[in-house]
Amino acid sequence: MNALKKLLGGNTRQFGMIFALVALIIFFQVATGGNTLTPGNVINLFNGNSYILILAIGMVLVIIAGHIDLSVGSVAAFVGVSVALMMRDWDIPWYLGILLGLLLGVLIGAWQGFWTAYVGIPAFIVTLAGMLIFRGANQYVGKSNTIPVPADFQKIGSGYLPEIGPTTGYNNLTVLLGLLGVAFVIFSEIRSRRNAKALGAEVPEAWVSITKLVLVCGAILYATYLFATGRPGTSFPIPGLILAALVIIYGFISSKTVIGRHIYAVGGNRHAAELSGVQSKKVNFLVMMNMSVLAGLAGMIFVGRSTASGPFDGVGWELDAIAAVFIGGAAVTGGVGTVIGSIVGGLVMAVLNNGLQLLGVGADLTQIIKGLVLLIAVAFDVYNKTQGKKSIIGLMFKNFGRSSEMKADETTSTKEVISKGA
Amino acid sequence: MTSLNTHSDPIILEMRSITKEFPGVKALAEVNLRVKAGEIHAICGENGAGKSTLMKVLSGVYPYGTYTGDIVYQSEVQQFKDIRASEHAGIVIIHQELALIPELSIMENIFLGNEPTKRGVIDWAEARVRSTELLARVGLREDPETPIKEIGVGKQQLVEIAKALNKSVKLLILDEPTAALNESDSQHLLDLMLGLKGRGITSIIISHKLNEIEQIADSITIIRDGKSIETLDVKADGVDEDRIIKGMVGRTLESRFPDHEPTIGEVFFEVKNWNVGHPQIQDRMVCKNSNFFVRRGEIVGFAGLMGAGRTELARSVFGRSYGRFLSGQIYMNGKEIELKNVKQAIDAGLGYVTEDRKSLGLNLLDDIKATTVSANLKKVSKHNVIDANKVFTVAEQYRKSLRTKAPSVEEGVAKLSGGNQQKVVLAKWMFTDPELLILDEPTRGIDVGAKYEIYGIIQQLANQGKGVIVISSELPELLGLSDRIYTIFEGAITGVLNKDEASQENLMKLMTSARKSA
Repeated sequence: MNALKKLLGGNTRQFGMIFALVALIIFFQVATGGNTLTPGNVINLFNGNSYILILAIGMVLVIIAGHIDLSVGSVAAFVGVSVALMMRDWDIPWYLGILLGLLLGVLIGAWQGFWTAYVGIPAFIVTLAGMLIFRGANQYVGKSNTIPVPADFQKIGSGYLPEIGPTTGYNNLTVLLGLLGVAFVIFSEIRSRRNAKALGAEVPEAWVSITKLVLVCGAILYATYLFATGRPGTSFPIPGLILAALVIIYGFISSKTVIGRHIYAVGGNRHAAELSGVQSKKVNFLVMMNMSVLAGLAGMIFVGRSTASGPFDGVGWELDAIAAVFIGGAAVTGGVGTVIGSIVGGLVMAVLNNGLQLLGVGADLTQIIKGLVLLIAVAFDVYNKTQGKKSIIGLMFKNFGRSSEMKADETTSTKEVISKGA
Repeated sequence: MTSLNTHSDPIILEMRSITKEFPGVKALAEVNLRVKAGEIHAICGENGAGKSTLMKVLSGVYPYGTYTGDIVYQSEVQQFKDIRASEHAGIVIIHQELALIPELSIMENIFLGNEPTKRGVIDWAEARVRSTELLARVGLREDPETPIKEIGVGKQQLVEIAKALNKSVKLLILDEPTAALNESDSQHLLDLMLGLKGRGITSIIISHKLNEIEQIADSITIIRDGKSIETLDVKADGVDEDRIIKGMVGRTLESRFPDHEPTIGEVFFEVKNWNVGHPQIQDRMVCKNSNFFVRRGEIVGFAGLMGAGRTELARSVFGRSYGRFLSGQIYMNGKEIELKNVKQAIDAGLGYVTEDRKSLGLNLLDDIKATTVSANLKKVSKHNVIDANKVFTVAEQYRKSLRTKAPSVEEGVAKLSGGNQQKVVLAKWMFTDPELLILDEPTRGIDVGAKYEIYGIIQQLANQGKGVIVISSELPELLGLSDRIYTIFEGAITGVLNKDEASQENLMKLMTSARKSA
C-alpha cells in the first residue's frame, strides 16, 4: 500500500479515476469477448465523444471559477448551423468557415460573459436563457432544416491522419505521434526529478519513476498500436488530434499561467482573490467567453462528423459535459478541478456508454446506469469528507486540499458587516 | 411572581462560577453574575473579554454540560439544552446581527416559528391584530405587512424586540443593540428599554458605548479576560465612564514584545479629508473626514472598538475595496495618487492583511506556496507563465525566514494553525514588497508564542524603512507595538497619541467618545 502511494505521489484520487477507467475497459473487454479494444471500436469511441470532451475542458474552467454553463449544446448547434449556412450560401472555403465559427463563438461568449461578470446575473440564469436563445436561433436561421457541409469541412469531424512514407503495415504518422508522446512523458519525468533535486525538494525513488514511466508509456504505445492498425483508411482521428492539442494547451494554461491561477483563486475565495489584486470580473468574463468558443468548435466538429447541421444538434450535451467534470473531481462550490481529471471523467462516461452498447443494453438502462455512476462517484467524495477523512477529491488535488479539520472561528461583528458589504 | 428569595431585592438570575473552555482557550473562568428583577444590567468589557460567550451560555447556545457552574433563574437551577429551552423560560437574546428574514414582512418575522394557528392553518387575521398591538408597544409605526428589507436597521431592531415581547419575555438580552444605529434611533431604543423596565421586564445590555450605559443601567458587571471583576451599582457608587474604563482595562502590561528601537524617517504616506459612505445604507458614513499620515520606519496603531470603522477606513484606502468612496486625497511620497482598485493599490506599494483570515485573507483550497505568491504572480512569471521552481524557492525562503511550522510548502493552508496561517499571509504581502503594510488584527486567534514572533516580523518590516499600520482591539498590543496611535470612534478619528503619552485609560476615553483630543 505504501509502495502504491509512492507510485501515485499522493495523487490517489487521480489514480482512482484512472484505475476505474482501466477496470471498466478490462471489464468490457472481457464481457464483450474482446470487442472493446479493437482498433475500430477505439477509433469510434474517440470520434463519437471528442466534442463532449472538448466541452468538458471549457466546462471545468467555468466550474472551477464557481459558475456553470447550460447553454453549450445550443451554442454548439447555433455555431454549427451558421457555419454550414455560410459555407453553402457564401461559398467560402472550410478554413474560413472554421475561423468565422470561432469568431461567432467569441461574440456569443462575450454576450454571456457580459451578463455574468459585469451585470452580475448568476451564470445559471444567463446560460439557461442562452440555452433557449441559441436553440431558437439555430432553428430560426436553419429553418429547422438539415444543412449539409462540404467534404473538406467534414474532415475536422471524421478525418484521419493521412498515410505517408514507406509502407510499414502501420500508419506512420500515428506511430510517430505515439513515439513523440512517449518521448515527452520520459523527458518531463526526468526534468521534474532534476528540478526537485536542484530545489532540495523530495525526489521520488528511482523505481517509482521507472514503474510509472513503464505503465504510462505502455498505455500510450498500446493505444498507438490500436490506432495505427485500424482498417485501411483509418488511423488516429483528427478530432482526437484537436482534443489532444486542447488538453495540452488548457492543461498548461490552468496549471502554469497567471490567468489559470486567477481562475482557481476566484473560485476558491472571491473576496480573498479581489483583495490580492485579482480582477475577478475580467476572469469571469474570460472563462464564460472561452466556454462558448469551445462550444462553437465542438459544434463544428459534430457537424463535420455527421456531414450536416440539424435542428437538434447538441441537445443534452451540457449535461454530459457537466457530468464529466464532476466525475472528474471538480467541486460544485468552485476552486477545485483539473482539465485532465475532467477528460478522465468524460472517458469513464464514454467507455460506459460504448461498452453497454456493445453488450446490447438498451438506451433506457444505459441512462440509468450513467446516472447512478455520477451519483455514486460524487457521493463517495461527500461521504469521505463528512467522515473527517481527507476527501478523495482533495487527495487528487493535493495542492488544493480542502480540510474538514478547521475550527470554526468565533464570529466578529466587523467582519460580518464587511463581508456583506464587499 | 413574588420571589422566595431572602435578599431585599429579588434576584431573577444568578450565574455562579461559570467556566467555559474551548480547545486551548479558557473563555470564561469562574464568572459570577447577579441580575435583580426589573433592572437594566449592563455587562462591560473589552473585545474578547467573554461577554458574548457568557450570554451564549445563558441562552443555551452552549448547552448545559458544555460549561461548568450553575445558572439559577427564578430561584431554580436551569439546564437549557438549546435556545428554545431558554426562550420557553422567558429569556430572549437579541444578537448584534439581527435574525430577521429580509424578504418576509414584519408580521411574518414576529411570528416566525411561533405562528398562531387555527386547526393547523395559520390565522393571519389573529397575527395581524397581535402584531399591530406589539408594534404599538415598541413604538413602531409601520404597516405589519411591510417587508423587513424596506425598513431601516433601527426599526428592525424594534421588530426584534416586538418578537421577543410576543414570546412573553421576562429577561431580555441585547448584544450591542445600538452598534449599527444612528443617534436618534439609539435614543429611541434606550427609551424603549426604560419603558420595558417600567413594565417589569429585566434587561441585560452589552454595549461598548459607555455614555449609553451610564444613562440607562442600574448595575454594571465588568468582565475582563474571562473573569468577572466587579459589579457596580450605578447610583449608589456614583459610577461614571472613567470608573468603568478603569475596571475594563485594569491589568498590567507584561513584556510581551521584542525589544525595538525605531528609526523614524519622514512622512511618506498621507490621507486627507477621507469620506466614505456605507456600501448599502444611503446616509450612513463609515469614514468621516479622516486625516492621518505614516512616516518611514514607523508603526502606527489604529485603536477603536469593534464597529468603530477601523477596518472600513483601511479597506477604503486600500483600493476602495469597501464602501462608497465620496471624497478625499491620498499622497504617497508627496505626490497625490488615486487608487481606484486593489490592483492599483498593490502596484502603488500598499499591502493589506485582512482581519478575517479565513473568509477574506486566504483561499483555503490553496497550499502554502500558491498562497505566498498569489498577490505578486508577476514576479514569479515570465510572459504570464508561472515558473514553478521560482514559486517553490520563494515560498521555501519565507517559510524558513518566518519560521512557519509546516512539513513542506506544499501543505494546504487550511491545515495550518492560526499563527502559521498568519505567517503565510504575511509572507504573501512581504513578497509584494509594499511601502506601507496595513495589518488588521494581525494576532487575532493566535497563541502567545506566535504573537511574539509576529510582533518581531512587524518590527523588522519597520526597520527596513517601511510604514506599518496596525489595527487592533487589544490595547496592550497597540501600546507595546506602536510608535503612534490614532483613535477612531464612529467613523471619525478622535485623536492621536505618541507612544510616551498613550495609556489604556486615555485611549479608551478617546475610543468611546466623540470628544476631540486636546
